[in-house]
Amino acid sequence: MTRKQRRLVLIGSALAVLAVATGLVLSALNDSIVFFNSPTDVVEKGVQPGTRIRLGGLVENGTVERGEKLAVSFRITDGNKAIPVTYTGILPDLFREGQGVVTEGSMGPDGIFRADSVLAKHDENYMPREVSDALKKQGYWQGNEAAGGAAKPGATPPGAAPANAPAPTVQH
Amino acid sequence: MTAELGHYALVLALALALVQSTLPIWGSRTGDDALMGTAAPVALAQALFVSASFAALTWAYVTSDFSVSNVYENSHSAKPMIYKISGVWGNHEGSMMLWVLILALFGALVALFGKNLPQTLKANVLAVQAWVATAFLLFILLTSNPFLRYDPAPMEGRDLNPILQDVGLAIHPPLLYLGYVGFSICFAFAVAALIDGRLDAAWARWVRPWALTAWIFLTLGIAMGSYWAYYELGWGGWWFWDPVENASFMPWLIGTALIHSAIVMEKREALKVWTVLLAILAFSLSLLGTFLVRSGVLTSVHSFATDPARGVFILLILVLFIGGSLSLYAWRAPTLKQGGLFAPISREGALVFNNLFLSAACAAVLVGTLYPLALESLTGEKISVGAPFFNSTFVPLMIPVLIAMPFGPLLAWKRGDLLAATQRLLFAIGVAVVVTILIYGFVQGGPVLAPLAVGLAVFVIMGALADIAERAALWRVPLKVSLARVRGLPRSAWGTAVAHIGMGLVILGIVGESAWKTEVVQRMKLGDTVTVGRYALTLDSLFPRNGPNYQEGVARFVVAQDGKTIGTMEAAKRVFTARRMPTTEAALLTHGFSQLYVAPGETITESAIDVRIYDKPLVLWIWLGCVVMVIGGGLSLSDRRFRVGAPRTSRARKGALQPAE
Repeated sequence: MTRKQRRLVLIGSALAVLAVATGLVLSALNDSIVFFNSPTDVVEKGVQPGTRIRLGGLVENGTVERGEKLAVSFRITDGNKAIPVTYTGILPDLFREGQGVVTEGSMGPDGIFRADSVLAKHDENYMPREVSDALKKQGYWQGNEAAGGAAKPGATPPGAAPANAPAPTVQH
Repeated sequence: MTAELGHYALVLALALALVQSTLPIWGSRTGDDALMGTAAPVALAQALFVSASFAALTWAYVTSDFSVSNVYENSHSAKPMIYKISGVWGNHEGSMMLWVLILALFGALVALFGKNLPQTLKANVLAVQAWVATAFLLFILLTSNPFLRYDPAPMEGRDLNPILQDVGLAIHPPLLYLGYVGFSICFAFAVAALIDGRLDAAWARWVRPWALTAWIFLTLGIAMGSYWAYYELGWGGWWFWDPVENASFMPWLIGTALIHSAIVMEKREALKVWTVLLAILAFSLSLLGTFLVRSGVLTSVHSFATDPARGVFILLILVLFIGGSLSLYAWRAPTLKQGGLFAPISREGALVFNNLFLSAACAAVLVGTLYPLALESLTGEKISVGAPFFNSTFVPLMIPVLIAMPFGPLLAWKRGDLLAATQRLLFAIGVAVVVTILIYGFVQGGPVLAPLAVGLAVFVIMGALADIAERAALWRVPLKVSLARVRGLPRSAWGTAVAHIGMGLVILGIVGESAWKTEVVQRMKLGDTVTVGRYALTLDSLFPRNGPNYQEGVARFVVAQDGKTIGTMEAAKRVFTARRMPTTEAALLTHGFSQLYVAPGETITESAIDVRIYDKPLVLWIWLGCVVMVIGGGLSLSDRRFRVGAPRTSRARKGALQPAE
């Protein structure tokens, strides 16, 4: 083979690998992406029952009820709309009423969201970070990031502006 | 006072970095030996001042000087000493300090041990290294100064995030940064060579040890982080494909490609242009990782806006270095001389194959990491790209690499014989097939493809052993001769075999853990017994206990196998006093290379608890395999040929030109 032919083989195989990779990426993007929705989105967009989504917001105060075994039900609110959620299993450390959570699962035909995973951020800031996959990674080695902004009322010394303290709002 | 001295030392280090980034390169352009000669001493001085600055910050932590706001935010006087020290890099500002410290120390190492480098290359390398140092020192001083004071000083600090108070976290970031920043040296070599327009086998010989060193630390850092997440976060997983993990995994993939392509360049002068590109990309991905993690863009696209200065600054660094180096590459690469020829079926061909797939896999990870960010900033649509995406893209791209892995070392350079290599691998293939069939026959449950995956792992391990056996001419010559040959093998040959075996072991661990784990989630009352796999766990007692800066509720389990007690496990829920933040302390019981894993949920009453219990077969191989890979890398690094050989001629040349040094 001449140098030119060898180079063609090389470029050809590189393109083939690239094509395979692109195909895999595109098909995986079609199949495995999960959209994030706030309770308002769910109501207004009319999410189809059975479609896998992430539902995030605050755990509405006074709605957490524990049932038989590990079953638990609560409502997720964004201040505007609230969606009832059921889940069976162990809740994350920071799951509390009034805290932000992200749950993953699908709407049932009865209008109740059946979650098969519940994520809460791994520190005391109660912002649902739907972009992040929440608790596991939040504590990962850069988890301190958010800790810097963990301003508790009254804990700020005089003269220190808690500039990066997050406002307790829900993002959607 | 110490904080101010630390701040001042950092400013001086910046001034030195500015000198180091200009004078040597000016000298190399004009051929001025004196100017080029400034590079090494200035690099040493810069490292000295950065070290002094880092020491000052550490001192503030050790003495709990809460007048320094960074210490107040992230420390507590009651914290154990080790976490006071590790708390230095347990936050944004401090971790950036660690970043520049390691960068400066690597620069100093090049200055100290680069005696056999040609003078222009050394001057250029140190200058490019100083560009990076300048950018990051500016970043710290302008946006992330750790030496700011509070006045009046608070009495007590806010404590380090409790889940970061762990030995794993004390050593994980330094390891990871040694890897990240280590690639900056390869980057500096690549840019310096492009500036100079000269690239030969000797260049690859200088770069490969740096790439290997960085790769070793990155491998350790990733493995350490994975194990830390596994035992500390209490969710029982070891890899989540989250963007922070991917940020360190992408440079690892490209770094792995780099250490392989550098072999081709060193031995055969081929793949030059490609190797330089990999050196640039490995560091670019390190920078991208720093950007993703440090800018806050990951936790939320919105938090970018809460501190635009940092995000925009790192983005500028990113654009400047990646854009600049790639432009330089595009301009200079075509002028580099062509390297050696090789047939598609050859050692070079196998390494190109590995490079293509590793790069494609890295690209897939990159897409999965950046796509949600891009989509959100373009359309506002929020999506999550999780494990299913990566499993269906990354895994298929890695399978060809694993299949080809044992063939590579058995193929000859330039023109290989696939049939002969296959014949030499017949034994390895046979063992793999037998193991696969045995697992199909005897192990119930799990995905149908799992036995095949185990077979592939066995093939990789046996293939590496076949390579050693082949080199020793095992069974073809008397055993004594074979043993003598084994002893005489170069360390790099052992390095390859050991690293490949390590890879096989990692696969074995991953398959064992994901295909055959048992999970039980349930509520247990005192005295209840749960059967998980071959083990029976009895909830023995529930009691409170006090730690130095936390209180915990402990659940004690007695573990029995076949009716015999084999140990006890204590899982706990901790609440840290200062932050009133709960953490889960999982309990681990190791049996062979498998582990039982118990994570407590909320304690419902004083006599019952929710628990999540796993039996994870072979799970330890995931991390031990990484350690084996690192040992392989270390063997390869310690090969004598890295220290002698091509550099000798340049040393002689340099000695002739520069008798003074």
